[in-house]
Amino acid sequence: MIELFLTLAPDWALRHAAPLLVVIPMMCAPLCVFIPSGRIAWFISILASALSLFMALLLLAQVQTVPGGQISYELGGWEPPLGIEFAVDALNATILLLVAAFGVLAVVFSWPTVAAEVRAEKRAMFYGAYLVCFTGLAGVAITGDAFNMFVFLEISSIATYVLVALGASRDRRALPAAFNYLVMGTIGATFFVIGVGFLYAATGTLNMADIATRLPELEGSRTVQAAFAFIIVGLGLKAAMWPLHQWLPNAYAYSPSFVVVFLSATATKVALYALIRFLFTVFSPEFAFEGASFGMLFMPLGIAAMVVCSFQAVFQTDVRRTLAYSSVAQVGYMLLGLSLGTAIGLSAGLLHLVNHALMKGALFMAVAGVVLTYQGTTLRDFAGLGRSAPWTMTAFAIAALSLIGVPLTAGFQSKFALLVAVQDQGLWWAALLIVFASVLAVIYMGRIMEAVFFKPPHNPQKIHKEAPITILVPLWILALANLYFGIDASFPIGLADSAASAVLGGGS
Amino acid sequence: MNLFAINPGFVLILAGVVAAVLPFRQPRQWITIAAPILGLFMLINADQNLDLITIQALGLDLVLFRVDSLSFIFGLAFLIAALLNAIYALHTDDRVQDGSALIYAGAAVAATFVGDLMSLFIFWELTAIASVFLILKSGTKAAYGAAMRYLGIQILSGVLLLDGAAYYFKANGNLSLEAFSSLQDPGALLIFIAFGIKAAFPLLHNWLQDSYPKATIVGAVVLSAFTTKLAVYALARMFPGESSLIWIGAIMTVFPVFFAVIENDLRKVLAYSLNNQVGFMVCAIGVGTPLALNGAAAHAFAHIIYKGLLFMSIGAVMYRVGTSKASELGGLYKSMPLTAVFCLIGAASISAFPLFSGFVAKSLTMSAVASEGYIIIWGMLLFASAGVLEHSGIKIPYFAFFGHDSGKRVKEAPFNMLLAMGLASAICILIGLPIVAPGMGYEWLYSLLPYPVEAMKYEPFTAGHILTQMQLLIAAAFAFVLLQRISLYPPEKRGTILDTDWIYRKLGFGFASWAGTVWGKAGPAMTAVFAGLSARAYSRIEATFSPRGVLARGPLTGGMAIWTGALLGIVLLMSFLAS
Repeated sequence: MIELFLTLAPDWALRHAAPLLVVIPMMCAPLCVFIPSGRIAWFISILASALSLFMALLLLAQVQTVPGGQISYELGGWEPPLGIEFAVDALNATILLLVAAFGVLAVVFSWPTVAAEVRAEKRAMFYGAYLVCFTGLAGVAITGDAFNMFVFLEISSIATYVLVALGASRDRRALPAAFNYLVMGTIGATFFVIGVGFLYAATGTLNMADIATRLPELEGSRTVQAAFAFIIVGLGLKAAMWPLHQWLPNAYAYSPSFVVVFLSATATKVALYALIRFLFTVFSPEFAFEGASFGMLFMPLGIAAMVVCSFQAVFQTDVRRTLAYSSVAQVGYMLLGLSLGTAIGLSAGLLHLVNHALMKGALFMAVAGVVLTYQGTTLRDFAGLGRSAPWTMTAFAIAALSLIGVPLTAGFQSKFALLVAVQDQGLWWAALLIVFASVLAVIYMGRIMEAVFFKPPHNPQKIHKEAPITILVPLWILALANLYFGIDASFPIGLADSAASAVLGGGS
Repeated sequence: MNLFAINPGFVLILAGVVAAVLPFRQPRQWITIAAPILGLFMLINADQNLDLITIQALGLDLVLFRVDSLSFIFGLAFLIAALLNAIYALHTDDRVQDGSALIYAGAAVAATFVGDLMSLFIFWELTAIASVFLILKSGTKAAYGAAMRYLGIQILSGVLLLDGAAYYFKANGNLSLEAFSSLQDPGALLIFIAFGIKAAFPLLHNWLQDSYPKATIVGAVVLSAFTTKLAVYALARMFPGESSLIWIGAIMTVFPVFFAVIENDLRKVLAYSLNNQVGFMVCAIGVGTPLALNGAAAHAFAHIIYKGLLFMSIGAVMYRVGTSKASELGGLYKSMPLTAVFCLIGAASISAFPLFSGFVAKSLTMSAVASEGYIIIWGMLLFASAGVLEHSGIKIPYFAFFGHDSGKRVKEAPFNMLLAMGLASAICILIGLPIVAPGMGYEWLYSLLPYPVEAMKYEPFTAGHILTQMQLLIAAAFAFVLLQRISLYPPEKRGTILDTDWIYRKLGFGFASWAGTVWGKAGPAMTAVFAGLSARAYSRIEATFSPRGVLARGPLTGGMAIWTGALLGIVLLMSFLAS
């Protein structure tokens, strides 16, 4: 299968897959801006995302076949320590596949919601901003250069602020949400670049692999420790690590439907990837977890996120805010997994990262369908939708069950892996808290499902109907993926395991 | 594929799914009756002690069908109960109820025959999810609240089981259902608590009395058969001889007696007495000798039938009269004579009158406890036996069918209800008889027990057993008559009883809504205290977490910048201290 794929691919694509993955959407973005028609921009975006997905698949296939499991690409032919390097291993090949796959699904799904929520003259530019954001996220995931990572992080962030603000035509509160996100995101990015600056001062290099080789000599250096602190906090903010998550609920609740689908599945995931990359590759696990015992930092934060944000989700009246708080709680699960500092813990966290993208993507798509046909996101608006929009709501229910962690869904697989990883360290109380947070998830998703399936419609006069087919198809792809990966999880588990062993130095 | 190598529970679940979507009444009712019969046929022909149908799924080895003598008798009882329940439900036309009753029964049967913790967990949760509709379907607001509490607690039991399974998997590398030797292992303890919730251990029992009386008429009958007995099976499978179960079981038999005697709603009386009966089984499992385990299994089998019969008879009364409150019933034997007779048979069985099924089952447990020398426990069980007669043997039929005449003149129960009750009564009598012919009478039941050789040696109809039991029954009956005569017996009065559940209701998240049921239970003074406490607890949680709450207040950017700074400080401090 993999060999066939590699032999079918043209030679230029094989050799330049890494830069093409980033360059194609980057070049298509200005193209979109200059085109007057939103519909054509949509087609261009689909094309660019699909090409990127193809490149991501190629990269994954190459990583799995190349000896050593690592691909390095020198941009402009400059040698890595000086020039910028794109470095792909099993970890970021997985993240790239996730970003690209969700880019395609989200953009295919997007047209009806964008037509409804964004004014006609802005649609082309909207897609341009999306492509820039996509470029930035893919760039963060692919680059092997610390400063280059900052640049891509800013590219994606600035595009995200614009995308969130464009929700203003549906709900004016998108503007303060975007502004808050801008201020906080800038704080995070600044922290990150300060940390990178310190690292440069201490090591004299910006290439991440190079930094990693030079750090052991600098043991005990205050500069390196400060760099570490700034980078952790900066990336933690981007990844919505509790308590630095407060930009997220509003940004998710008021942005256009398409944006929230795309961001919920990719943005925090990419930031989390960057965090993992710095914790495990740049700074060694010995430094991060044994020397500085940062497991003791991430574990309480992860658990606090799980519990506190699940409670907050219970009390929300707006479905999108419920899901947004739940997202922060799920980030807590992932942090808990990686805070263990073990291979199975990291693997469980990564598995949850992938599965969470599957379920939250599906949930937000279903909500987008409701926003489109019913113009409402409160719990009352959802009452009785089970009868009038059965296809949309059944997919919603499947994803909700997955979020809760019901067996035979993807969410169960990752929660079970997490439980095993936590028990492996003897942390039975953490396991109990995972279970407790899952019960809270039963409550907050149960409230929504109860309204959907058991309550009469709040306003029977208001017409509501099934979401259009362009929404239903990607939605059901994700819902069925939730079921499929719940029964046969060998593909995502294989990805997560090889990613974990890649960053932990080959099979430890 | 060989039909007899399939877990009969799967057939029931499949049939239940079909029934739940089938809009036509007649074919659906044929399915609900045919599925348990097919299941019985499959079970009787299944290969005992050999079949280990294993599949690979979820990355684990799942054992989907394994029959041995322990699972056989529980599965058999579940399937018979499913058949009787289906007959009892024939007068209704309700897709959801038929479907969920069948899925629920199927899940319980399937859980009985699986051979690993993961499959057990899956069907454990399925019983919870399928059964909640039986409570929801009665449609009242109280039923809705009870259903949600029931679901929450049952799901909690499931996730604890899952957590324990994860721990067990980590420690042992497999998920096989083996008996634990002690509770030292945290995994074992978690599984123990999960089973304990479902078996309604003391202080974990309140969901039962809370939800069963609020279910539909058919729903209460169906619910009474499966959930707790599935937990009894699981305990017998994984914790036989666990000594703490002896005391748990003994306390479980004693304390519901007091509640049952003063309770007015007859279905709630039955729920308390269910609790008390399960206590006998739990105690026997704790003793753990072959005799005692035989007692637990025999008692479970007999109990499923006669408890179902009692719920059926009170359900029939409720169907005709519209209430199950003792204060509004009485004198119904004139208009519902057959129902009254069936109720008396059920009452005689649960009180362990000789020649009825309860006697041959309970004797095993009592003898096992006595022969192991647990004198105090034996005394507690004896007291509880007297209590059973008091509240189930006499109170139920007396207040419903005799006692002061309520003046209500209604029709006899529908034919299908009478048929189901008649069949259940026949089973109660047949397995209670002495050996009238080889393989008949109680010998039939004993030959199915987990240790048939020991069971066959046991002789229930000795002069000693019969005399002890009759003395007990007569003394208890005398006490009832005496107390009635001098008006000391708690009269059938409206009112509700405060059970221990307020303790953990207060701790739980949804306490404010739960507290609603506590309102009427306590006096006004108590109510004020509880209201204050609960409202404060709830508003504390809400004030912290809700959209208007503390965590969401304040200038967003400023607050978050401060958090960012604080976290940076912590991280810096940690890395400085570490080096």
